[in-house]
Amino acid sequence: MADLILVVTEQRDGKLNRVSFETIAAAQAIAKQTGWPVEVVLPGSGVTALAQELAAKAVGKVYALEGDALAAYTSDAYVYALKAFIQEKQPKLVLFPHTYQVRDFAPRLALALDRTLISDATAYKYEGGKLLFTRQMFQGKFAADVSFGGDAPWMATIQIGAFRGDQAEGGSGVIETVAAAVSDAPARVTPHEVFQEAKEAIDLTQSEVIIAVGRGIREQKNMPLAENLAAALGGEVAASRPICDNGWLPIDRQIGSSGQTVAPKLYIAMGVSGAIQHIVGMKGSRTIVAINKDPEAPIFEIADVAVVGDLFQVVPALTEEVKKAKGS
Amino acid sequence: MKILVCIKQVPQKDAPLRLNEAATWIRDDVSWETNEPDAYALEEALRQKEKHGGEVTTITAGPARSQQVLREALAKGADRAIHLEDDRFAQLDAANTARAIAAAIAGENFDLIVTGLQSDDFGAAQTGVLLAEILGIPHATIIIGIEKTDTGLKLKRELEAGHYQHIEMTMPAVLTIQSGINKLRYATLIGIKQAKMKPLRKVTWAEIEGKLSQHMQKIEKLYVPGSQKQTRKLEGPAGEVAKKLVDYLKNEARAL
Repeated sequence: MADLILVVTEQRDGKLNRVSFETIAAAQAIAKQTGWPVEVVLPGSGVTALAQELAAKAVGKVYALEGDALAAYTSDAYVYALKAFIQEKQPKLVLFPHTYQVRDFAPRLALALDRTLISDATAYKYEGGKLLFTRQMFQGKFAADVSFGGDAPWMATIQIGAFRGDQAEGGSGVIETVAAAVSDAPARVTPHEVFQEAKEAIDLTQSEVIIAVGRGIREQKNMPLAENLAAALGGEVAASRPICDNGWLPIDRQIGSSGQTVAPKLYIAMGVSGAIQHIVGMKGSRTIVAINKDPEAPIFEIADVAVVGDLFQVVPALTEEVKKAKGS
Repeated sequence: MKILVCIKQVPQKDAPLRLNEAATWIRDDVSWETNEPDAYALEEALRQKEKHGGEVTTITAGPARSQQVLREALAKGADRAIHLEDDRFAQLDAANTARAIAAAIAGENFDLIVTGLQSDDFGAAQTGVLLAEILGIPHATIIIGIEKTDTGLKLKRELEAGHYQHIEMTMPAVLTIQSGINKLRYATLIGIKQAKMKPLRKVTWAEIEGKLSQHMQKIEKLYVPGSQKQTRKLEGPAGEVAKKLVDYLKNEARAL
Protein backbone atom coordinates (compact mmCIF):
# COMPACT_ATOMS: atom_id res chain seq x y z
CA MET A 1 0.00 0.00 0.00
CA ALA A 2 1.46 3.30 -1.08
CA ASP A 3 0.78 6.47 0.90
CA LEU A 4 -0.75 8.05 -2.14
CA ILE A 5 -3.84 10.05 -3.11
CA LEU A 6 -5.00 9.24 -6.61
CA VAL A 7 -7.37 11.70 -8.30
CA VAL A 8 -9.46 10.26 -11.13
CA THR A 9 -10.21 13.11 -13.54
CA GLU A 10 -12.72 13.37 -16.38
CA GLN A 11 -12.79 14.56 -19.98
CA ARG A 12 -15.15 14.49 -22.92
CA ASP A 13 -14.69 15.67 -26.49
CA GLY A 14 -11.22 17.05 -25.86
CA LYS A 15 -12.23 19.05 -22.80
CA LEU A 16 -11.53 18.45 -19.14
CA ASN A 17 -14.48 18.55 -16.79
CA ARG A 18 -13.69 21.56 -14.57
CA VAL A 19 -14.67 19.61 -11.46
CA SER A 20 -11.46 17.63 -12.05
CA PHE A 21 -9.55 20.68 -10.78
CA GLU A 22 -11.84 21.02 -7.76
CA THR A 23 -11.05 17.40 -6.90
CA ILE A 24 -7.32 18.07 -7.28
CA ALA A 25 -7.76 21.03 -4.89
CA ALA A 26 -9.45 18.70 -2.39
CA ALA A 27 -6.61 16.18 -2.74
CA GLN A 28 -3.99 18.91 -2.24
CA ALA A 29 -5.74 20.07 0.94
CA ILE A 30 -5.82 16.51 2.30
CA ALA A 31 -2.17 16.03 1.26
CA LYS A 32 -1.13 19.06 3.33
CA GLN A 33 -2.44 17.37 6.46
CA THR A 34 -1.55 13.77 5.77
CA GLY A 35 1.67 14.19 3.85
CA TRP A 36 0.43 11.75 1.22
CA PRO A 37 1.53 12.80 -2.30
CA VAL A 38 -1.07 13.45 -5.01
CA GLU A 39 -1.15 11.71 -8.39
CA VAL A 40 -3.70 12.07 -11.14
CA VAL A 41 -5.13 9.67 -13.70
CA LEU A 42 -7.03 10.71 -16.82
CA PRO A 43 -8.79 7.85 -18.64
CA GLY A 44 -9.57 8.26 -22.34
CA SER A 45 -8.20 7.91 -25.83
CA GLY A 46 -5.69 10.44 -27.13
CA VAL A 47 -5.69 12.47 -23.92
CA THR A 48 -2.00 13.31 -23.55
CA ALA A 49 -2.57 16.98 -24.44
CA LEU A 50 -5.27 17.25 -21.81
CA ALA A 51 -2.99 15.53 -19.31
CA GLN A 52 -0.65 18.50 -19.75
CA GLU A 53 -3.31 20.84 -18.38
CA LEU A 54 -3.53 18.66 -15.30
CA ALA A 55 0.24 18.49 -14.99
CA ALA A 56 0.30 22.28 -14.56
CA LYS A 57 -0.95 21.67 -11.02
CA ALA A 58 1.12 20.73 -7.99
CA VAL A 59 0.82 16.99 -8.42
CA GLY A 60 3.37 14.20 -8.77
CA LYS A 61 2.55 12.13 -11.79
CA VAL A 62 -0.27 12.49 -14.27
CA TYR A 63 -1.15 9.17 -15.87
CA ALA A 64 -2.81 9.30 -19.26
CA LEU A 65 -4.68 5.99 -19.12
CA GLU A 66 -5.04 5.34 -22.83
CA GLY A 67 -7.26 2.85 -24.61
CA ASP A 68 -9.56 2.71 -27.63
CA ALA A 69 -12.21 1.21 -25.36
CA LEU A 70 -12.14 4.45 -23.31
CA ALA A 71 -12.77 6.77 -26.29
CA ALA A 72 -16.52 6.84 -25.67
CA TYR A 73 -17.53 6.28 -22.07
CA THR A 74 -19.02 2.97 -20.96
CA SER A 75 -19.16 1.90 -17.33
CA ASP A 76 -17.88 -1.58 -18.22
CA ALA A 77 -14.70 -0.33 -19.91
CA TYR A 78 -14.02 2.30 -17.23
CA VAL A 79 -14.49 -0.14 -14.36
CA TYR A 80 -12.25 -2.71 -16.05
CA ALA A 81 -9.43 -0.27 -16.83
CA LEU A 82 -9.50 1.60 -13.52
CA LYS A 83 -9.77 -1.56 -11.45
CA ALA A 84 -6.54 -2.87 -12.97
CA PHE A 85 -4.85 0.53 -12.62
CA ILE A 86 -5.81 0.97 -8.96
CA GLN A 87 -4.78 -2.60 -8.13
CA GLU A 88 -1.39 -1.86 -9.56
CA LYS A 89 -0.86 1.54 -7.89
CA GLN A 90 -2.45 0.56 -4.55
CA PRO A 91 -3.19 4.15 -3.47
CA LYS A 92 -4.42 4.85 0.03
CA LEU A 93 -7.16 7.20 -1.13
CA VAL A 94 -8.91 7.60 -4.48
CA LEU A 95 -10.90 10.79 -5.11
CA PHE A 96 -13.34 11.39 -7.95
CA PRO A 97 -15.37 14.44 -8.97
CA HIS A 98 -19.06 13.75 -8.23
CA THR A 99 -20.17 14.00 -11.86
CA TYR A 100 -22.94 12.03 -13.55
CA GLN A 101 -20.28 9.86 -15.19
CA VAL A 102 -18.60 9.07 -11.88
CA ARG A 103 -21.98 8.30 -10.31
CA ASP A 104 -22.41 5.79 -13.11
CA PHE A 105 -19.22 3.77 -12.64
CA ALA A 106 -17.51 4.56 -9.32
CA PRO A 107 -19.80 2.56 -6.99
CA ARG A 108 -19.33 -0.48 -9.22
CA LEU A 109 -15.57 0.06 -9.36
CA ALA A 110 -15.38 0.25 -5.57
CA LEU A 111 -17.31 -2.99 -5.14
CA ALA A 112 -15.24 -4.72 -7.84
CA LEU A 113 -12.21 -3.85 -5.68
CA ASP A 114 -14.12 -5.08 -2.59
CA ARG A 115 -14.03 -1.57 -1.23
CA THR A 116 -16.56 1.15 -0.44
CA LEU A 117 -17.25 4.59 -1.87
CA ILE A 118 -18.38 7.59 0.17
CA SER A 119 -20.32 9.61 -2.36
CA ASP A 120 -20.89 13.34 -2.71
CA ALA A 121 -18.52 14.59 0.01
CA THR A 122 -18.56 18.33 0.70
CA ALA A 123 -15.62 18.37 3.13
CA TYR A 124 -13.16 16.14 4.92
CA LYS A 125 -11.75 15.89 8.43
CA TYR A 126 -8.46 14.31 9.43
CA GLU A 127 -8.55 13.63 13.15
CA GLY A 128 -6.04 11.48 15.02
CA GLY A 129 -4.94 9.69 11.86
CA LYS A 130 -8.55 8.97 10.89
CA LEU A 131 -9.98 10.34 7.66
CA LEU A 132 -13.65 11.34 7.67
CA PHE A 133 -15.72 12.73 4.84
CA THR A 134 -18.71 14.99 5.40
CA ARG A 135 -21.74 14.50 3.19
CA GLN A 136 -25.26 15.80 3.16
CA MET A 137 -28.18 13.57 4.00
CA PHE A 138 -31.95 13.89 4.01
CA GLN A 139 -31.80 16.34 1.11
CA GLY A 140 -29.39 18.61 2.96
CA LYS A 141 -31.35 18.80 6.22
CA PHE A 142 -28.48 17.02 7.98
CA ALA A 143 -24.78 16.54 7.46
CA ALA A 144 -23.00 13.31 8.33
CA ASP A 145 -19.36 12.61 9.13
CA VAL A 146 -18.62 9.23 7.59
CA SER A 147 -15.60 7.02 8.25
CA PHE A 148 -14.16 4.06 6.36
CA GLY A 149 -14.46 0.72 8.13
CA GLY A 150 -12.29 -1.49 5.93
CA ASP A 151 -8.84 -1.38 4.43
CA ALA A 152 -7.49 1.13 1.90
CA PRO A 153 -7.82 2.07 -0.88
CA TRP A 154 -10.56 4.31 0.46
CA MET A 155 -12.69 5.95 -2.17
CA ALA A 156 -14.78 9.12 -2.17
CA THR A 157 -16.44 11.47 -4.64
CA ILE A 158 -16.18 15.23 -4.15
CA GLN A 159 -19.27 17.37 -4.65
CA ILE A 160 -19.28 19.97 -7.41
CA GLY A 161 -18.42 23.38 -5.96
CA ALA A 162 -17.18 22.02 -2.62
CA PHE A 163 -13.58 23.05 -3.38
CA ARG A 164 -12.28 25.90 -5.53
CA GLY A 165 -10.74 24.58 -8.74
CA ASP A 166 -9.08 27.92 -9.44
CA GLN A 167 -7.28 27.61 -6.12
CA ALA A 168 -5.65 24.28 -6.96
CA GLU A 169 -1.96 24.92 -6.46
CA GLY A 170 0.16 25.19 -9.59
CA GLY A 171 3.23 23.06 -10.26
CA SER A 172 4.67 20.72 -12.81
CA GLY A 173 3.68 17.08 -12.78
CA VAL A 174 5.28 14.39 -14.87
CA ILE A 175 3.13 12.81 -17.56
CA GLU A 176 3.24 9.07 -18.01
CA THR A 177 1.19 7.24 -20.61
CA VAL A 178 -0.22 3.92 -19.50
CA ALA A 179 -2.04 1.42 -21.72
CA ALA A 180 -5.46 0.70 -20.25
CA ALA A 181 -6.39 -2.89 -19.47
CA VAL A 182 -9.07 -4.07 -21.89
CA SER A 183 -11.60 -6.82 -21.28
CA ASP A 184 -11.99 -9.45 -24.00
CA ALA A 185 -15.62 -10.09 -23.02
CA PRO A 186 -18.14 -8.98 -25.66
CA ALA A 187 -19.42 -5.42 -25.11
CA ARG A 188 -22.76 -5.22 -23.33
CA VAL A 189 -23.24 -1.50 -23.88
CA THR A 190 -23.09 0.52 -27.11
CA PRO A 191 -22.81 4.26 -26.52
CA HIS A 192 -24.01 6.80 -29.10
CA GLU A 193 -23.13 10.48 -29.54
CA VAL A 194 -23.78 12.96 -26.75
CA PHE A 195 -26.32 15.56 -27.88
CA GLN A 196 -28.37 18.55 -26.76
CA GLU A 197 -32.09 18.86 -27.40
CA ALA A 198 -33.34 21.85 -29.37
CA LYS A 199 -31.01 24.78 -28.77
CA GLU A 200 -31.64 26.26 -25.36
CA ALA A 201 -34.18 29.02 -25.78
CA ILE A 202 -32.84 30.98 -22.86
CA ASP A 203 -29.36 31.40 -21.46
CA LEU A 204 -29.95 32.11 -17.79
CA THR A 205 -26.23 32.48 -17.16
CA GLN A 206 -26.53 35.97 -18.64
CA SER A 207 -29.37 37.07 -16.33
CA GLU A 208 -28.56 39.48 -13.52
CA VAL A 209 -31.70 38.72 -11.54
CA ILE A 210 -33.27 35.27 -11.25
CA ILE A 211 -36.47 34.35 -9.42
CA ALA A 212 -36.44 30.61 -8.78
CA VAL A 213 -39.59 28.70 -7.95
CA GLY A 214 -39.70 25.46 -5.95
CA ARG A 215 -42.27 22.97 -4.75
CA GLY A 216 -43.58 25.53 -2.25
CA ILE A 217 -45.51 27.19 -5.11
CA ARG A 218 -47.85 24.18 -4.85
CA GLU A 219 -49.87 24.66 -8.06
CA GLN A 220 -49.29 25.85 -11.58
CA LYS A 221 -51.92 28.55 -11.20
CA ASN A 222 -49.65 30.23 -8.61
CA MET A 223 -46.80 30.71 -11.09
CA PRO A 224 -47.81 34.34 -11.87
CA LEU A 225 -46.60 35.25 -8.36
CA ALA A 226 -43.07 34.58 -9.58
CA GLU A 227 -43.66 36.09 -13.00
CA ASN A 228 -44.92 39.36 -11.48
CA LEU A 229 -41.93 39.65 -9.15
CA ALA A 230 -39.58 38.89 -12.04
CA ALA A 231 -41.28 41.56 -14.16
CA ALA A 232 -40.96 44.13 -11.36
CA LEU A 233 -37.26 43.32 -10.90
CA GLY A 234 -36.49 42.94 -14.59
CA GLY A 235 -35.39 39.36 -14.01
CA GLU A 236 -36.03 35.88 -15.35
CA VAL A 237 -38.12 33.11 -13.84
CA ALA A 238 -36.36 29.80 -13.24
CA ALA A 239 -37.16 26.72 -11.19
CA SER A 240 -35.96 23.67 -9.35
CA ARG A 241 -36.36 20.32 -11.04
CA PRO A 242 -39.82 19.24 -9.78
CA ILE A 243 -41.41 22.34 -11.28
CA CYS A 244 -39.97 21.57 -14.72
CA ASP A 245 -40.85 17.88 -14.34
CA ASN A 246 -44.45 18.99 -13.79
CA GLY A 247 -44.27 21.03 -16.98
CA TRP A 248 -44.99 24.31 -15.18
CA LEU A 249 -41.87 25.84 -16.74
CA PRO A 250 -39.87 24.65 -19.75
CA ILE A 251 -36.91 22.42 -18.95
CA ASP A 252 -34.42 25.05 -20.16
CA ARG A 253 -35.34 27.19 -17.16
CA GLN A 254 -34.19 24.55 -14.70
CA ILE A 255 -31.36 25.46 -12.31
CA GLY A 256 -29.15 22.73 -10.87
CA SER A 257 -26.95 19.80 -11.75
CA SER A 258 -29.07 18.65 -14.67
CA GLY A 259 -29.96 22.19 -15.74
CA GLN A 260 -28.12 25.50 -15.90
CA THR A 261 -25.48 26.76 -13.47
CA VAL A 262 -25.89 30.45 -12.75
CA ALA A 263 -24.31 33.19 -10.66
CA PRO A 264 -26.50 36.30 -11.01
CA LYS A 265 -26.29 39.48 -8.91
CA LEU A 266 -29.56 38.57 -7.22
CA TYR A 267 -31.13 35.14 -6.80
CA ILE A 268 -34.49 34.93 -5.08
CA ALA A 269 -35.51 31.38 -4.22
CA MET A 270 -39.20 31.11 -3.35
CA GLY A 271 -40.45 27.82 -1.94
CA VAL A 272 -37.20 26.09 -2.86
CA SER A 273 -36.10 23.67 -0.11
CA GLY A 274 -32.49 23.62 -1.26
CA ALA A 275 -31.76 20.04 -2.27
CA ILE A 276 -28.14 19.65 -3.20
CA GLN A 277 -28.93 19.16 -6.89
CA HIS A 278 -30.37 22.70 -6.93
CA ILE A 279 -27.72 24.33 -4.73
CA VAL A 280 -24.83 23.31 -6.99
CA GLY A 281 -26.43 25.32 -9.78
CA MET A 282 -26.77 28.63 -7.91
CA LYS A 283 -24.56 28.84 -4.83
CA GLY A 284 -22.18 31.20 -6.60
CA SER A 285 -24.88 33.92 -6.85
CA ARG A 286 -23.81 37.24 -5.32
CA THR A 287 -26.88 37.88 -3.19
CA ILE A 288 -29.20 35.01 -2.33
CA VAL A 289 -32.63 35.66 -0.84
CA ALA A 290 -34.56 32.59 0.25
CA ILE A 291 -38.26 32.65 1.10
CA ASN A 292 -39.53 29.49 2.77
CA LYS A 293 -42.04 28.67 5.50
CA ASP A 294 -39.79 25.93 6.94
CA PRO A 295 -37.16 27.59 9.19
CA GLU A 296 -34.96 24.49 8.77
CA ALA A 297 -34.99 24.48 4.95
CA PRO A 298 -31.39 23.80 3.79
CA ILE A 299 -31.59 26.71 1.32
CA PHE A 300 -31.18 29.07 4.32
CA GLU A 301 -27.65 27.73 4.91
CA ILE A 302 -26.39 29.50 1.81
CA ALA A 303 -28.76 32.49 1.89
CA ASP A 304 -27.72 36.08 2.59
CA VAL A 305 -31.28 36.86 3.59
CA ALA A 306 -33.56 34.21 5.06
CA VAL A 307 -37.23 35.14 4.94
CA VAL A 308 -39.08 32.64 7.11
CA GLY A 309 -42.66 33.05 6.02
CA ASP A 310 -45.51 32.26 3.70
CA LEU A 311 -44.47 33.01 0.14
CA PHE A 312 -48.10 33.59 -0.83
CA GLN A 313 -48.06 36.67 1.41
CA VAL A 314 -44.44 37.73 1.21
CA VAL A 315 -44.00 37.60 -2.57
CA PRO A 316 -46.96 39.85 -3.51
CA ALA A 317 -45.92 42.35 -0.82
CA LEU A 318 -42.35 42.25 -2.09
CA THR A 319 -43.51 42.81 -5.67
CA GLU A 320 -45.40 45.93 -4.58
CA GLU A 321 -42.42 47.28 -2.61
CA VAL A 322 -40.07 46.67 -5.54
CA LYS A 323 -42.44 48.55 -7.85
CA LYS A 324 -42.50 51.48 -5.42
CA ALA A 325 -38.72 51.49 -5.05
CA LYS A 326 -38.15 51.32 -8.78
CA GLY A 327 -40.71 54.02 -9.42
CA SER A 328 -39.03 56.46 -7.05
CA MET B 1 -40.75 -8.68 -19.65
CA LYS B 2 -40.25 -9.79 -16.09
CA ILE B 3 -39.50 -6.57 -14.21
CA LEU B 4 -38.38 -5.90 -10.64
CA VAL B 5 -38.81 -2.46 -9.06
CA CYS B 6 -36.75 -1.66 -5.95
CA ILE B 7 -38.44 0.97 -3.80
CA LYS B 8 -37.68 2.57 -0.48
CA GLN B 9 -39.74 4.21 2.20
CA VAL B 10 -38.32 7.60 3.21
CA PRO B 11 -39.51 10.45 5.47
CA GLN B 12 -42.10 12.68 3.85
CA LYS B 13 -40.65 15.73 2.15
CA ASP B 14 -42.11 18.23 4.63
CA ALA B 15 -41.68 16.05 7.72
CA PRO B 16 -39.76 17.82 10.50
CA LEU B 17 -36.85 15.50 11.30
CA ARG B 18 -35.19 15.04 14.69
CA LEU B 19 -31.95 13.30 15.53
CA ASN B 20 -31.91 10.22 17.75
CA GLU B 21 -30.09 10.39 21.09
CA ALA B 22 -26.86 8.94 19.75
CA ALA B 23 -26.99 11.45 16.84
CA THR B 24 -26.42 8.66 14.34
CA TRP B 25 -29.88 8.56 12.73
CA ILE B 26 -33.24 10.28 12.79
CA ARG B 27 -36.06 9.50 15.18
CA ASP B 28 -38.54 7.14 13.64
CA ASP B 29 -41.71 9.02 14.64
CA VAL B 30 -42.29 10.85 11.36
CA SER B 31 -44.60 10.41 8.37
CA TRP B 32 -43.28 8.27 5.55
CA GLU B 33 -43.72 8.03 1.81
CA THR B 34 -42.33 6.27 -1.25
CA ASN B 35 -38.98 7.70 -2.33
CA GLU B 36 -39.96 9.92 -5.25
CA PRO B 37 -37.53 8.64 -7.93
CA ASP B 38 -38.63 5.09 -7.02
CA ALA B 39 -42.24 6.08 -7.75
CA TYR B 40 -41.11 7.07 -11.26
CA ALA B 41 -39.27 3.74 -11.61
CA LEU B 42 -42.47 1.89 -10.68
CA GLU B 43 -44.49 3.93 -13.15
CA GLU B 44 -42.00 3.16 -15.91
CA ALA B 45 -42.12 -0.57 -15.08
CA LEU B 46 -45.92 -0.55 -15.26
CA ARG B 47 -45.80 1.23 -18.64
CA GLN B 48 -43.29 -1.29 -20.03
CA LYS B 49 -45.50 -4.15 -18.88
CA GLU B 50 -48.54 -2.53 -20.50
CA LYS B 51 -46.61 -2.27 -23.78
CA HIS B 52 -44.78 -5.58 -23.84
CA GLY B 53 -46.62 -7.82 -21.41
CA GLY B 54 -45.02 -9.65 -18.49
CA GLU B 55 -45.02 -9.08 -14.79
CA VAL B 56 -44.01 -6.35 -12.33
CA THR B 57 -42.64 -7.35 -8.94
CA THR B 58 -41.77 -4.77 -6.32
CA ILE B 59 -39.34 -5.14 -3.43
CA THR B 60 -38.39 -3.12 -0.38
CA ALA B 61 -36.18 -3.60 2.69
CA GLY B 62 -37.20 -2.12 6.03
CA PRO B 63 -39.36 -2.47 9.14
CA ALA B 64 -43.04 -3.42 9.19
CA ARG B 65 -44.12 0.16 8.38
CA SER B 66 -42.45 -0.02 5.00
CA GLN B 67 -45.02 -2.56 3.80
CA GLN B 68 -47.11 0.52 3.02
CA VAL B 69 -44.98 1.42 -0.03
CA LEU B 70 -45.44 -2.13 -1.37
CA ARG B 71 -49.22 -1.95 -0.88
CA GLU B 72 -49.29 1.32 -2.78
CA ALA B 73 -47.26 -0.21 -5.61
CA LEU B 74 -49.61 -3.19 -5.77
CA ALA B 75 -52.59 -0.82 -5.82
CA LYS B 76 -51.07 1.00 -8.79
CA GLY B 77 -50.70 -2.24 -10.72
CA ALA B 78 -47.67 -4.24 -9.58
CA ASP B 79 -48.42 -7.97 -9.56
CA ARG B 80 -46.60 -9.10 -6.45
CA ALA B 81 -44.28 -7.85 -3.74
CA ILE B 82 -41.29 -8.95 -1.68
CA HIS B 83 -40.65 -7.45 1.76
CA LEU B 84 -37.31 -7.87 3.49
CA GLU B 85 -38.86 -7.14 6.84
CA ASP B 86 -36.68 -6.11 9.76
CA ASP B 87 -35.56 -2.87 11.41
CA ARG B 88 -31.98 -3.87 10.71
CA PHE B 89 -32.49 -3.73 6.93
CA ALA B 90 -33.04 0.03 7.14
CA GLN B 91 -29.56 0.55 8.59
CA LEU B 92 -27.59 -1.32 5.92
CA ASP B 93 -25.13 0.53 3.72
CA ALA B 94 -25.73 0.56 -0.03
CA ALA B 95 -23.57 -2.50 -0.75
CA ASN B 96 -25.30 -4.63 1.86
CA THR B 97 -28.74 -3.42 0.77
CA ALA B 98 -27.83 -4.58 -2.73
CA ARG B 99 -26.57 -7.91 -1.35
CA ALA B 100 -29.82 -8.38 0.59
CA ILE B 101 -31.94 -7.68 -2.50
CA ALA B 102 -29.79 -10.00 -4.63
CA ALA B 103 -30.22 -12.79 -2.06
CA ALA B 104 -33.98 -12.27 -1.85
CA ILE B 105 -34.43 -12.54 -5.64
CA ALA B 106 -32.07 -15.49 -6.19
CA GLY B 107 -33.47 -17.74 -8.91
CA GLU B 108 -36.02 -15.16 -10.12
CA ASN B 109 -34.19 -14.18 -13.33
CA PHE B 110 -35.70 -10.75 -13.95
CA ASP B 111 -35.20 -9.28 -17.43
CA LEU B 112 -35.11 -5.76 -16.12
CA ILE B 113 -34.53 -4.24 -12.68
CA VAL B 114 -35.39 -0.57 -12.15
CA THR B 115 -35.04 1.74 -9.17
CA GLY B 116 -34.85 5.46 -8.47
CA LEU B 117 -31.56 7.20 -9.18
CA GLN B 118 -31.10 7.99 -5.48
CA SER B 119 -32.95 8.05 -2.18
CA ASP B 120 -34.14 11.17 -0.42
CA ASP B 121 -32.59 10.02 2.87
CA PHE B 122 -29.06 8.66 2.24
CA GLY B 123 -28.79 10.10 -1.25
CA ALA B 124 -25.78 7.89 -1.97
CA ALA B 125 -27.06 6.97 -5.46
CA GLN B 126 -25.31 3.60 -5.29
CA THR B 127 -27.68 0.71 -4.51
CA GLY B 128 -28.89 0.11 -8.08
CA VAL B 129 -25.40 0.21 -9.54
CA LEU B 130 -24.07 -2.14 -6.86
CA LEU B 131 -26.94 -4.57 -7.42
CA ALA B 132 -25.89 -4.82 -11.07
CA GLU B 133 -22.30 -5.57 -10.04
CA ILE B 134 -23.43 -8.28 -7.61
CA LEU B 135 -25.69 -9.86 -10.23
CA GLY B 136 -22.98 -9.55 -12.88
CA ILE B 137 -25.23 -7.70 -15.34
CA PRO B 138 -24.88 -4.30 -17.06
CA HIS B 139 -26.44 -1.12 -15.70
CA ALA B 140 -27.09 2.48 -16.66
CA THR B 141 -27.94 5.45 -14.46
CA ILE B 142 -30.11 8.59 -14.65
CA ILE B 143 -32.36 7.15 -17.36
CA ILE B 144 -35.10 9.30 -18.87
CA GLY B 145 -36.25 7.05 -21.71
CA ILE B 146 -36.59 3.27 -22.16
CA GLU B 147 -37.36 1.52 -25.41
CA LYS B 148 -37.33 -2.24 -25.73
CA THR B 149 -35.69 -3.43 -28.95
CA ASP B 150 -35.29 -6.88 -30.54
CA THR B 151 -31.85 -7.26 -29.02
CA GLY B 152 -32.19 -5.49 -25.69
CA LEU B 153 -32.81 -1.91 -24.66
CA LYS B 154 -32.36 1.52 -26.21
CA LEU B 155 -32.00 4.04 -23.42
CA LYS B 156 -31.81 7.79 -23.09
CA ARG B 157 -29.39 8.92 -20.38
CA GLU B 158 -29.43 12.37 -18.90
CA LEU B 159 -26.00 13.98 -18.68
CA GLU B 160 -25.14 17.28 -17.06
CA ALA B 161 -26.09 20.78 -18.23
CA GLY B 162 -28.80 19.83 -20.72
CA HIS B 163 -26.88 17.09 -22.54
CA TYR B 164 -28.21 13.62 -23.32
CA GLN B 165 -26.99 10.34 -24.74
CA HIS B 166 -28.58 7.28 -26.24
CA ILE B 167 -27.05 3.93 -25.37
CA GLU B 168 -27.96 0.39 -26.28
CA MET B 169 -27.69 -2.36 -23.76
CA THR B 170 -28.22 -6.09 -23.48
CA MET B 171 -30.72 -7.56 -21.03
CA PRO B 172 -30.92 -8.47 -18.21
CA ALA B 173 -29.92 -5.04 -16.89
CA VAL B 174 -30.35 -2.66 -13.98
CA LEU B 175 -31.48 0.91 -14.67
CA THR B 176 -31.69 3.83 -12.25
CA ILE B 177 -34.53 6.16 -13.18
CA GLN B 178 -34.59 9.95 -13.09
CA SER B 179 -37.65 11.76 -11.69
CA GLY B 180 -39.85 13.18 -14.40
CA ILE B 181 -39.34 10.34 -16.93
CA ASN B 182 -43.13 9.93 -17.04
CA LYS B 183 -46.31 11.13 -15.38
CA LEU B 184 -47.21 9.24 -12.23
CA ARG B 185 -50.58 7.52 -12.00
CA TYR B 186 -52.83 7.41 -8.96
CA ALA B 187 -54.09 4.17 -7.49
CA THR B 188 -57.75 3.51 -8.31
CA LEU B 189 -60.28 2.31 -5.74
CA ILE B 190 -60.44 -1.03 -7.51
CA GLY B 191 -56.65 -1.18 -7.52
CA ILE B 192 -56.50 -0.54 -3.78
CA LYS B 193 -59.06 -3.30 -3.23
CA GLN B 194 -57.24 -5.76 -5.48
CA ALA B 195 -53.91 -5.00 -3.83
CA LYS B 196 -55.07 -6.70 -0.66
CA MET B 197 -55.36 -10.00 -2.51
CA LYS B 198 -52.01 -9.82 -4.31
CA PRO B 199 -49.12 -12.00 -3.09
CA LEU B 200 -46.60 -10.44 -0.71
CA ARG B 201 -43.65 -12.60 0.22
CA LYS B 202 -41.81 -11.79 3.44
CA VAL B 203 -38.12 -12.42 3.82
CA THR B 204 -36.61 -12.46 7.32
CA TRP B 205 -33.30 -11.15 8.59
CA ALA B 206 -32.24 -14.71 9.45
CA GLU B 207 -32.63 -15.78 5.81
CA ILE B 208 -30.38 -12.96 4.58
CA GLU B 209 -27.86 -12.32 7.36
CA GLY B 210 -25.35 -14.87 6.08
CA LYS B 211 -25.23 -13.17 2.68
CA LEU B 212 -24.14 -9.80 4.06
CA SER B 213 -20.59 -8.51 4.48
CA GLN B 214 -18.84 -6.29 6.95
CA HIS B 215 -19.96 -2.64 6.77
CA MET B 216 -17.18 -0.66 5.16
CA GLN B 217 -18.45 2.81 5.98
CA LYS B 218 -19.97 4.19 9.12
CA ILE B 219 -21.90 7.34 10.01
CA GLU B 220 -19.94 8.67 13.00
CA LYS B 221 -22.18 11.63 13.59
CA LEU B 222 -25.27 13.20 12.09
CA TYR B 223 -25.89 16.91 12.73
CA VAL B 224 -27.60 20.04 11.51
CA PRO B 225 -25.17 21.81 9.20
CA GLY B 226 -24.20 25.32 10.19
CA SER B 227 -24.90 28.30 7.98
CA GLN B 228 -22.17 28.89 5.43
CA LYS B 229 -22.82 32.62 5.39
CA GLN B 230 -23.72 35.49 7.69
CA THR B 231 -27.42 35.05 7.11
CA ARG B 232 -29.81 37.86 7.98
CA LYS B 233 -33.14 36.50 9.16
CA LEU B 234 -36.36 38.36 8.39
CA GLU B 235 -39.64 37.40 10.01
CA GLY B 236 -42.95 39.09 10.77
CA PRO B 237 -45.87 40.55 8.83
CA ALA B 238 -45.38 40.28 5.07
CA GLY B 239 -45.59 44.04 4.47
CA GLU B 240 -42.82 44.82 6.95
CA VAL B 241 -40.63 42.00 5.72
CA ALA B 242 -41.03 43.23 2.14
CA LYS B 243 -40.04 46.79 3.14
CA LYS B 244 -36.96 45.61 5.03
CA LEU B 245 -35.96 43.33 2.18
CA VAL B 246 -36.23 46.04 -0.46
CA ASP B 247 -34.26 48.38 1.78
CA TYR B 248 -31.54 45.74 2.10
CA LEU B 249 -31.47 44.99 -1.62
CA LYS B 250 -31.30 48.67 -2.52
CA ASN B 251 -28.92 50.08 0.08
CA GLU B 252 -26.73 47.18 1.22
CA ALA B 253 -26.66 44.50 -1.46
CA ARG B 254 -27.04 47.14 -4.21
CA ALA B 255 -28.96 44.61 -6.20
CA LEU B 256 -31.86 46.86 -7.23
